Amino acid sequence: MVAKYDLNDDKVVVIIGSGAGGGTLGNELAQKGIDVVILEAGNRYEYADFINDEWDSFAQLSWGDPRTASGGWRVAKDFSGLPAWIVKAVGGTTTHWAGASLRLQEHEFKALTHYGKIEGANLLDWPLTLAELEPYYAKAEDKMGVTRTNGIEGLPGNNNFKILKAGADALGYKECHTGNMAINSAERDGRMACQQTGFCFQGCKWGAKWSTLYTEIPKGEETGKLEVRPNSHVVKIEHDDSGKVTSVVYADKDGKLQSQKARIVCVAGNSIESPRLLLNSASSKFPDGLANSSGQVGKNYMRHTTGSVYAIFDKPVHMYRGTTMAGIVRDEAKHDPSRGFVGGYELETLALGLPFMAAFLNPGGWGRGFTTALDHYDHMAGMWIVGEDMPQEQNAVKLHGEMKDKYAMPIPDVWFTDHPNDDAMRNHAYKQGMAMYDAVGATRTFPTPPYPSTHNLGTNRMSEKALDGVVNKFGQTHDIKNLFVSDGSQFTTGGAENPTLTIVTLAIRQADHIAKEMAAKNI
Amino acid sequence: MVTIHEGRPGLSRRELLKRGGVGAALLVISGSAVISPQHAWGLETTALKPETMATLIQMARDIYPHDQVPDKYYAIAVKSHDEAAGKDAAHKELIEKGIADLDQKAGAGGYAGLGWEEERVKLLQGIEDTPFFQAVRGGLVVGLYNQKEIWPIFGYEGESYSKGGYIARGFDDIEWL
Repeated sequence: MVAKYDLNDDKVVVIIGSGAGGGTLGNELAQKGIDVVILEAGNRYEYADFINDEWDSFAQLSWGDPRTASGGWRVAKDFSGLPAWIVKAVGGTTTHWAGASLRLQEHEFKALTHYGKIEGANLLDWPLTLAELEPYYAKAEDKMGVTRTNGIEGLPGNNNFKILKAGADALGYKECHTGNMAINSAERDGRMACQQTGFCFQGCKWGAKWSTLYTEIPKGEETGKLEVRPNSHVVKIEHDDSGKVTSVVYADKDGKLQSQKARIVCVAGNSIESPRLLLNSASSKFPDGLANSSGQVGKNYMRHTTGSVYAIFDKPVHMYRGTTMAGIVRDEAKHDPSRGFVGGYELETLALGLPFMAAFLNPGGWGRGFTTALDHYDHMAGMWIVGEDMPQEQNAVKLHGEMKDKYAMPIPDVWFTDHPNDDAMRNHAYKQGMAMYDAVGATRTFPTPPYPSTHNLGTNRMSEKALDGVVNKFGQTHDIKNLFVSDGSQFTTGGAENPTLTIVTLAIRQADHIAKEMAAKNI
Repeated sequence: MVTIHEGRPGLSRRELLKRGGVGAALLVISGSAVISPQHAWGLETTALKPETMATLIQMARDIYPHDQVPDKYYAIAVKSHDEAAGKDAAHKELIEKGIADLDQKAGAGGYAGLGWEEERVKLLQGIEDTPFFQAVRGGLVVGLYNQKEIWPIFGYEGESYSKGGYIARGFDDIEWL
């Protein structure tokens, strides 16, 4: 029986967002018998509804509400209204994600300690260690069915992987395989195995890739303790005189404002919408926004140091066939400052279809330099760079000075400029990536600029001291006991790894903490 | 509205003689239409001048030249400008003025009369930061490359779910490594 809660029910935990953080937390709490309402801004599609077409799928799933991009990054010029490519639908960006599931490395939790003070960077250690998270990482990997954990076999390598592997071998890289992927290599948990369809980013039509949409959410609903309300766009969180949050105001499917009472509120709207919501919830008691006594809400926006390398070969590759990101080189993920930068990066296979390749290979590019690249589309291989970027206070999600959305709330402006460390890392990765392809006989290589962000992190960061960040080691805000942050905006620093596994891990751990604190009547 | 007419019957000799100044593309202006007599398609315009549309098609090819892609797909890719011009006078002016400006810069014979792609591209480079150029180029990114009919020319196979993915259709068939 799917639960249905009254708007005036003030016993419920309200979670805003149903992606990796919110969807997981909702199920975990429901499994413990806690009443949960998830408010999801987007529509509910099932995996049969997904579309094997890049632009049609983009129109179906992506967050298209007005946003602006500004600052020195190239995205601000080429995609000024699209700072991020993330999802507005039940399941959030776990519908779109590629499935790469890597644990952060031990030193990455202590970035300030290991990297030292870096000029212009706002580095801080996490108030957590890898050892504390390990049992939760193990639970997350089991839940998500991550390959090369729990005895689950790796995915078979596609053509794009075989090129990557040959390049890695030629350069002497040691750690190259088809990844730790939350994509079934064999039937598991009632979901079938990957069919190598090549449309991971468009939502897996087989359900082979883990998404909260068809794992956590229906499992939570089966307990009778979880209600998911799609098309519920939260505009404001309200509080009482004591400063405790009490209700969440949202626009329903007809655009009518509703107010859901809450015992606890967990914000999991991704690193752009979550800080925006806290800032937009400013009141006379909290004039700078909720949970913002540190002034860090919205600050330290991170997006990983990314970029792609594509290469053309004299023989066919068909990179778009098969699992998009089942291929990784981890040798450069270490912290080795002798390379001229701190932190490290992963190299992962990536392919775009022809329509998105045209949009993203060299945005704004034209003429034969551009078109002769596309002419050899079926002879192309591709990889993506994912590296740790420096948190910088200036890089921030801010409320736009003039523009408002249809609910009269200021839209978010995402201001970002690379740190010199980011540039140095990206240039190193371009060089290594191009060398790998050259070693396999590439006739032409392309150091392709970053796409609109998919890894959005850090805008409500975790800190030991309330002065330095927004939430504590459980994602509980320093300022308001019954207000939590449950998404990637908690990340103190970004690490080199795709963030979803860590977001899920933190959500499982947060559910334990919330249940304990509720039982103790602390919240 | 712009209509693409497939299998249009052959043109009269008189109409063929009206052909002019469209470079190597062999596009013909006939009444309110741009016609490709060899390839049996035509494009009727309602808001933009057909001459403007013919030049726009040439310009589209010069921006994203793929020698193996027939003109028809460039015509389809720019026809949205005729639709937009019908609804929005400012857009109509943007396109008509932009093309007129290009023609004027090109001198006698106009833009499409320049015989070499390099000559036309030089003119485009001079205007690449203008709203006109960016509107045309920006529209082409989706308008041209999102036509499923051209994907096979590039070796892109598109939708694969209905065929069971590539698990039995060559996801790992590379042999030359």
